Amino acid sequence: MPDVLLARYADSIFWLARYVERAENLARILDVNETFSRDSRGGQNWRSIVQLNSDEERFFASHDAPSVNNVVNFYVIDGDNPTSIVSAIRGARENARTLRPLISTEMWVQLNVFYNWLVALTAAELVPGNLSALFATIKEACQTHTGITEGTFFRDQGWYFYQIGRYLERADQTTRLVDIKYHLLLPNISDVGSPVDVGQWHALLRSAAGYHAYRRLHAASTTPARVAGFLLLNTAFPRSVHHCVWEVGRLLAEVKSHYGLRHGNDAAEELDRLRVLLGTLDISTILRRGLHEFLDSIQYQLIAITRELAIAFFGYTSEAFQAESASAQ
Amino acid sequence: MLPSVLDGYDPQGFYCEMLRSAASRVIRERLSGLSIEALKRRATNANAELYNLGITFTVYSDAKTIDRILPFDVIPRVLSGEEWQHIESGIVQRITALNLLLDDIYHEQRILRDGVVPRDLILGNRNYRPLMRGIDLPYKTYVNICGTDIVRDERGQFLVLEDNARTPSGVSYVVENRHLMLRAFPDLLDQIGLRPVENYGTRLISALCDVAPTGITNPRVVLLSPGIYNSAYFEHVFLAREMGVPLVEGRDLVVEDDRVFMRTTGGLSGVDVIYRRIDDDYLDPEAFRSESLLGVPGLMRAYRAGNLALANAVGTGVADDKAVYAYVPRIIRYYLAQEPILQNVETHICREPAALRYTLDHLADLVVKPVGEAGGYGITVGPKASRAELDDCRTKLIADPANFISQPCIKLSVTPTLIDGRVEPRHVDLRPFAITGSSTWLLPGGLTRVALRRGSLVVNSSQGGGSKDTWVVA
Repeated sequence: MPDVLLARYADSIFWLARYVERAENLARILDVNETFSRDSRGGQNWRSIVQLNSDEERFFASHDAPSVNNVVNFYVIDGDNPTSIVSAIRGARENARTLRPLISTEMWVQLNVFYNWLVALTAAELVPGNLSALFATIKEACQTHTGITEGTFFRDQGWYFYQIGRYLERADQTTRLVDIKYHLLLPNISDVGSPVDVGQWHALLRSAAGYHAYRRLHAASTTPARVAGFLLLNTAFPRSVHHCVWEVGRLLAEVKSHYGLRHGNDAAEELDRLRVLLGTLDISTILRRGLHEFLDSIQYQLIAITRELAIAFFGYTSEAFQAESASAQ
Repeated sequence: MLPSVLDGYDPQGFYCEMLRSAASRVIRERLSGLSIEALKRRATNANAELYNLGITFTVYSDAKTIDRILPFDVIPRVLSGEEWQHIESGIVQRITALNLLLDDIYHEQRILRDGVVPRDLILGNRNYRPLMRGIDLPYKTYVNICGTDIVRDERGQFLVLEDNARTPSGVSYVVENRHLMLRAFPDLLDQIGLRPVENYGTRLISALCDVAPTGITNPRVVLLSPGIYNSAYFEHVFLAREMGVPLVEGRDLVVEDDRVFMRTTGGLSGVDVIYRRIDDDYLDPEAFRSESLLGVPGLMRAYRAGNLALANAVGTGVADDKAVYAYVPRIIRYYLAQEPILQNVETHICREPAALRYTLDHLADLVVKPVGEAGGYGITVGPKASRAELDDCRTKLIADPANFISQPCIKLSVTPTLIDGRVEPRHVDLRPFAITGSSTWLLPGGLTRVALRRGSLVVNSSQGGGSKDTWVVA
């Protein structure tokens, strides 16, 4: 039945893609932090990870210090933490279960096996020395999902909503990633430009798989402004906010015209505004106005777009969306 | 030499389908060429595959979900072409009669006037739906999907145990078990003329289109499920996929002007046929249980207006009632003027005083079943019951005789089964699946359920049962 798509299925496929993308990004961030983020005394700073999703309150309710063990357990195997990798993959699998009539068997089996593996992981396996290999496995499992999906998922409406979800989540994750280091761009920070600082910005690029692409553009120098500009505004880098938002806009326009979907004009308008903004601003203007505030406003706009999509296509009323968002916190 | 699969196997005096059947000679020989170790290895792999594929039924406790697979035994249950022909013609006859019964009791009620079946047994049945009176269904088909439970006695005779004419489940296991066997035992099933089970979905959707409302040339079919928390959700997914139709829940559907629509990304889109896996009671809160959240308000209005086909039809629960079951041989003679091809298990209807007396006098030898329960619950197996259980059963019988039937304890047939690394006899039953649109078709074979506990006669998945692939060979 390629001509129609149940609203509930569109919602599920959108969130399936988001959850897997979320898990992949988290694995990237944890991996890079474990490998590259050393301060001048060789210590690792894991507190900034906890700030990533504003998880401090929940984290410190059950842990006294952001040690590597505590943070990694919290973000990999803690099923009670809604922002953990295992929670994200559980969300993906629950949506996949709903979507089994729609998705390929290969997609389902891979997510099912992946989830069962994650659930069986124990704290004893999350020790330094194992971590890098473990994060690589998680990242690859997410990429395997993406690859299986690309190779087996039927190209109908569902495929569009899947990709829209994936790019929206990726845009959001990239803003959070940049936000971890935003304080380094504030004036009067003494070690800006020092070797440690450069190392941290390289780590940021690596976690977004952008290090080599960045080098091709800016062979000579790493400045915080250039890195931030690259991650936010570059049009060719697949994880930049601008690229992701541009893709969402393109996909939405296409799905509307191919399938004659009448709704979704509000989401399209929001996207247009955001695309224009990202296409016209330069990084020095953003820094001057305040990077953190800018990133916040992007995140709000992404949430607004999600709300418009939910109302236009996923069968939500405005109130139902609010209730859902509130209970997801 | 390593011990092979059937070495030392002893059916312990029961009718063993594997040893008695000429049709399984080749398979016996091939199994004898296989070591028990190799069989165990393949069995372990097969069960791991079921888990990874998520071919599971779901158990919910403490808000945590537990996925269990239906334990799968790799030694196939084999039926000959002649045996199958006998079963097939018997079930077609039976379903034809049941559909005639349903059409009659919701129209003229000739069978009640002629006194063949007691009037109150039908009209007083809690599954009789007065709402269905006077509705004319295409081809007079009420039971589109039927799963008839069949057993074999100590002489190998096939007997009908139960007609499941509401929402029988298990067909997904038949097809998935076959896929598993095709991968794990290509050597065993090579060149034996194994009848395929591949086309169930195609047959099902074509039967559903047969019964679509008149005037609809290209009907939109959907499968209505209670959702992912239902224990049979895997099967709902399987069937929706095999038919290529949307799997919907009640909240996806809406009734406007006596027409059914589903909510899509592009707005409301019409629905003509619903294969529902929800019981009558929960289908429409306007018509049945008002507190049901699974159903769709107004569905019965659309149905009565002729804008919707439901499969199975509403009100088929009368036909698979355990008390009505006892009358099925008479129902077949009444409508078809034929002798039943498949016999019932001898049944005593405890609402009849003589039968109640007989049951109370022979309680220790009989199986006593409540008429309204499914899933093997509430059954007392006389020869296995303790003194206290028999006394309890006697009290219940006397208090409400109409709620019970009794049957002799059938010495069910057995077939070799891999248990803890040994091959032992275990009791089996058979549920063939029949699809009826304009005519009736049977999936060759059906679901073989096996009681995995030693000596157990209860094959239900909720009570320690497993399944086997059923091979109809030429």
